[in-house]
Amino acid sequence: MVDLEAKKPCAGLLPVAHPGTELVEVDLGALTSIAPFAGQQDAVSVALQNAYRLGFPAPNRTTGTKDRRLIWFGRQMVLLAGPAPAAALQKNAALTDQTDAWASVSLSGNRAEDVLARLVPIDLRRAQFGTGHTARTLLGHMNASITRTGADRFLILVFRSMAVTLVHDLNQAMEAVAARR
Amino acid sequence: MRIDGKGLVDRSSPIRFQFDGIGHTGFAGDTFASALLAKGQRLMARSFKYHRPRGVMTAGSEEPNALVTVGTGAAQEPNLRATTLEIYHGLEVRSQNAWPSLSFDVMAVNDALWPFLGAGFYYKTFMWPRSFWEHLYEPLIRRAAGLGALSGQSVAERYEKAFAFCDLLVIGAGPTGLMAALTAGRAGADVILADEDSLPGGRLNAERHAVGDMAGSDWAAQATVELRAMPNVRVMTRTCVTGAYDQGTYGALERGAGAPQPGRPRETFWRIVAKRSVLAAGALERQIAFADNDRPGIMTAGAVRAYLNRWGVAAGRRVAVFGNNNDAHRTALDLRAAGVEVVALIDPRPKASGPKGDFPLYAGAMVEGTRGWLGLREITVKTGGGIVRLAVDCLAVSGGWNPTVHLTCHMNGKPTWCDAIASFVPTPGAVPGLVAAGACAGAFSTAACLAAGAQAARDALAEIGVTSAPPDVPEADDTPYRIEPFWAVPGAGRAWLDYQNDVTLKDIKQAATENFRSVEHMKRYTTQGMATDQGKNSNVAALALLADATGRGIPETGNTTFRPPYTPVSIAAMGAGGQGMGFAPRRFTTSHAASVQRDAPMVEAGLWYRPSYFPAAGETTWREACDREVRLVREKVGVCDVSTLGKIDIQGPDAATFLDIVYTNTFSTLQVGRVRYGLMLREDGHVMDDGTSARLGETHFLMTTTTAAAGLVLRHLEFVHQALRPDLDVRFASVTEQWAQFAVAGPKSRTLLNDLLDRPLDNETWPFMTCGPITLGGVEGRLFRISFSGEHAYEIAVPARFGASLFDTLVARAEALGGGAYGMEALNVLRIEKGHLTHAEIHGATTAFDIGFDRMVSANKDCIGKTMAARPGLTDPNRQQLVGLRPLDRAVELTAGAHLFDRAAPARRAHDQGYVTSVAFSPTLGHAIGLGFLSRGRDRHGEVVRVVDALRGKETLAEVCPPVFVDPQGGRLRG
Repeated sequence: MVDLEAKKPCAGLLPVAHPGTELVEVDLGALTSIAPFAGQQDAVSVALQNAYRLGFPAPNRTTGTKDRRLIWFGRQMVLLAGPAPAAALQKNAALTDQTDAWASVSLSGNRAEDVLARLVPIDLRRAQFGTGHTARTLLGHMNASITRTGADRFLILVFRSMAVTLVHDLNQAMEAVAARR
Repeated sequence: MRIDGKGLVDRSSPIRFQFDGIGHTGFAGDTFASALLAKGQRLMARSFKYHRPRGVMTAGSEEPNALVTVGTGAAQEPNLRATTLEIYHGLEVRSQNAWPSLSFDVMAVNDALWPFLGAGFYYKTFMWPRSFWEHLYEPLIRRAAGLGALSGQSVAERYEKAFAFCDLLVIGAGPTGLMAALTAGRAGADVILADEDSLPGGRLNAERHAVGDMAGSDWAAQATVELRAMPNVRVMTRTCVTGAYDQGTYGALERGAGAPQPGRPRETFWRIVAKRSVLAAGALERQIAFADNDRPGIMTAGAVRAYLNRWGVAAGRRVAVFGNNNDAHRTALDLRAAGVEVVALIDPRPKASGPKGDFPLYAGAMVEGTRGWLGLREITVKTGGGIVRLAVDCLAVSGGWNPTVHLTCHMNGKPTWCDAIASFVPTPGAVPGLVAAGACAGAFSTAACLAAGAQAARDALAEIGVTSAPPDVPEADDTPYRIEPFWAVPGAGRAWLDYQNDVTLKDIKQAATENFRSVEHMKRYTTQGMATDQGKNSNVAALALLADATGRGIPETGNTTFRPPYTPVSIAAMGAGGQGMGFAPRRFTTSHAASVQRDAPMVEAGLWYRPSYFPAAGETTWREACDREVRLVREKVGVCDVSTLGKIDIQGPDAATFLDIVYTNTFSTLQVGRVRYGLMLREDGHVMDDGTSARLGETHFLMTTTTAAAGLVLRHLEFVHQALRPDLDVRFASVTEQWAQFAVAGPKSRTLLNDLLDRPLDNETWPFMTCGPITLGGVEGRLFRISFSGEHAYEIAVPARFGASLFDTLVARAEALGGGAYGMEALNVLRIEKGHLTHAEIHGATTAFDIGFDRMVSANKDCIGKTMAARPGLTDPNRQQLVGLRPLDRAVELTAGAHLFDRAAPARRAHDQGYVTSVAFSPTLGHAIGLGFLSRGRDRHGEVVRVVDALRGKETLAEVCPPVFVDPQGGRLRG
């Protein structure tokens, strides 16, 4: 018999804070990618409604809130964050466990947007990228999923193996933004 | 000389700085140039080629002369313009391109040799012997001529890159830009106002004009306060928009203010994306060509006014003004109003008349020559009444103003000649979405600029659906700008055009004489318009004079292309964040810390870091560790982190059909719970990747790829699905990161696992090439009975959060069984012994036929690459085929990269028979082994070939053999 110990992707790396910004690791619960099979998106949508009272998000959008959220995750794919996937979804979509695949961090503070402007090439101004908006984009050299979860709060996901680089790059940008008056 | 009561500098804040080790004091708001001029120091630099003493000529980023170096060591930055360098406490500035000192520079001997150093001299002079160019002439010339030098060290300070987005980008914060930004800001649009200066206002800070009922500089300050208070407006000072690119994207360089501070970037390179933009870049004043017009103390007339009105500095005590337009007259008036002696106003226009002042106006006169080596002492003026010599220490010159059209040319637009101002104006539409307004569009009065800025903003906003109120444009000076073209004063001597490159009027004429008549040829022959200032001062005059020399008009002569960047951008800023750890993301496995703790040297595999070997006590070389690790796998049990291999989750009703298309072999026949090795071809028929795929369910597969090709293969699957077979219902998801996976290999692998698993394994239910779910300590995982080493082996996968813990457990158990962890070196030896392939063999130019897997290309179905793989060239029996190699002398090594030749043939390219791809010392066999490709290799087992490594100077003889050295029957892996 063996007793395996779980370790978080950003263990020992976070939190970090600078004037105007704070970076913490977040536990999103289970992460499941849901990719509806051909012609099954409506059926999946109904199943999601029944199971979680969440709609299937449009591209670049999310539905739900902190405890259970659906994040658009690319072509024909959304990410369910929070509960384990309902069995009813299995029939109409490819479900893949991604709980351990992503390092999830939350960047917040009144200068969070300025920090991301150092690393993310897309327009994250609040008027264009409001609360609940999401994008698969770059953060530095990394593929990332970035969601605005509040007026000055972003949820950022990158590959688990890149957690060190994620914290390094964000920390550098946070430092540089804080050093400006 | 500082004038009491003048200027916008803060005289209550003195600032100490140094120039060439000598202390100076300036005030907050001073540039290096204004602070030195205030002390009466005119000499600031030496020229590029002739090492002539030079002073400051302008008051802006167009400065060609006064270039200096700041900082030492890694922080050394050369070629900073004295005119934009803001002073701060402790600033240390050094002169450049002078030795031993600025006032005595031995290389000024070049100036005496000028008749030999004109345009094209080195093309004609240093022609032979040919080899001398690179090793003698070029280093010599580079030492004699040049600007400042880089430190040669890697940058230590921080630079950054950033992105910004807006509705309207306003480039330049003079009267036009401020009015445009106010208009758009008040309308609620998202506005970025960028200006290279530290103080918004442009010429409003340099002139005495009123705007409305206040001084122009006060109006600019007030407008800036209003703009900064708007949440929808971002005012970016010290930010020069350097280039215009596709789709409304602009590059901009922001300088950090003041002394360097820890953590704060020295520069930020911005990429600004704007729906619309207003170019309000103003205009640059040009010089007039006359003999010795480059002495310290000779400046543009507008710069003399700027130093006086903005910085409270008189550029000289006895000043003459020489200009062909009414704007130049202002310089004489402003100086007189400030109490500075104006010796003469010289205007080449015969009918020139200006506002009366208590100074002589010489109409129809021109400056013919000057004296004063380290600083201007005297000018010679040719008047209707004869030659007059005047003692002056400053000459303010204006040949007219050139609109700053540069950005409108960055997308290959050509500006249009305008007779009224004798210069070029932007061609509308040259950059989509950009409108030029104000002085940069040829409107030279303050009133015209304010009106143009407001209108340009309204027009731009209307195009993007933002309505704006008719602006309240304040009243301002509307004096007409009158000019008559006047480019050069006739006469002997050298008349400078391009100060930065030491190009004179004679050089331009020489180029025309030698038939370099095209403006582009002239530029390259003379170097006019090159280097850091890109001919901002000299281009228009140079081509006007070329037009004259070639008997053409200016519009037909055309001008050279202005290219980005508008002002120099340091590579450190463009590459910001890419140094050191910023170069690429680092991917760490869950066992990383444990491997590092065991002193394993980590090697890069793509972006991943993997342990090379795990040194044990007493081992002094990697080979000792590697040999031990190989033996422990062959004899006991070894543990290796294989999480970096790509894992792709494939699901859908058509998943099996899809795999039949991407793999050469058949997967639809694979049973659930079984694993199969698969080979994948590119569309061109060459091998793309290999790996195993496991059938987890009727419609559910897990594909593995090599570490290097994980992204490539997923992209390939998406391409095949989206572009070739969209009819198939299948979905892909990368799960590389989800699972931590470890190889447990060796005769004791099952013993080890049975200690851990909640349900033990046996050979009947878990034969070779099976897979299935397992649990260990309640954690759900997956087990695959596959083997890369050739031993009885498994790969066990758990969710990544348990990876670190499982690795520690596996290694501890393995060690208890006499085994242990093994790294990449041992993994490589094990697979070479077994004849397994990596990208050393499937390197992109080999086919299934070459590697001996042609029978894996199923005859019963089609697959990607099958048709192209059947091309005659790819099935030629003479192709090089995979073989094993054994040195005849068992004591020698083989080397990868060596080439193979027939035993009797010379080792020359024409006789090349193949090459070695992978080598290892096999601890199992006790000698070196290798894999390689040999022409008709499969038919030549037993033959002896020459193995020649020309690079390392080694040669040996090797016997050709089958590529599987250990357990060719595969009994061990089924055990």
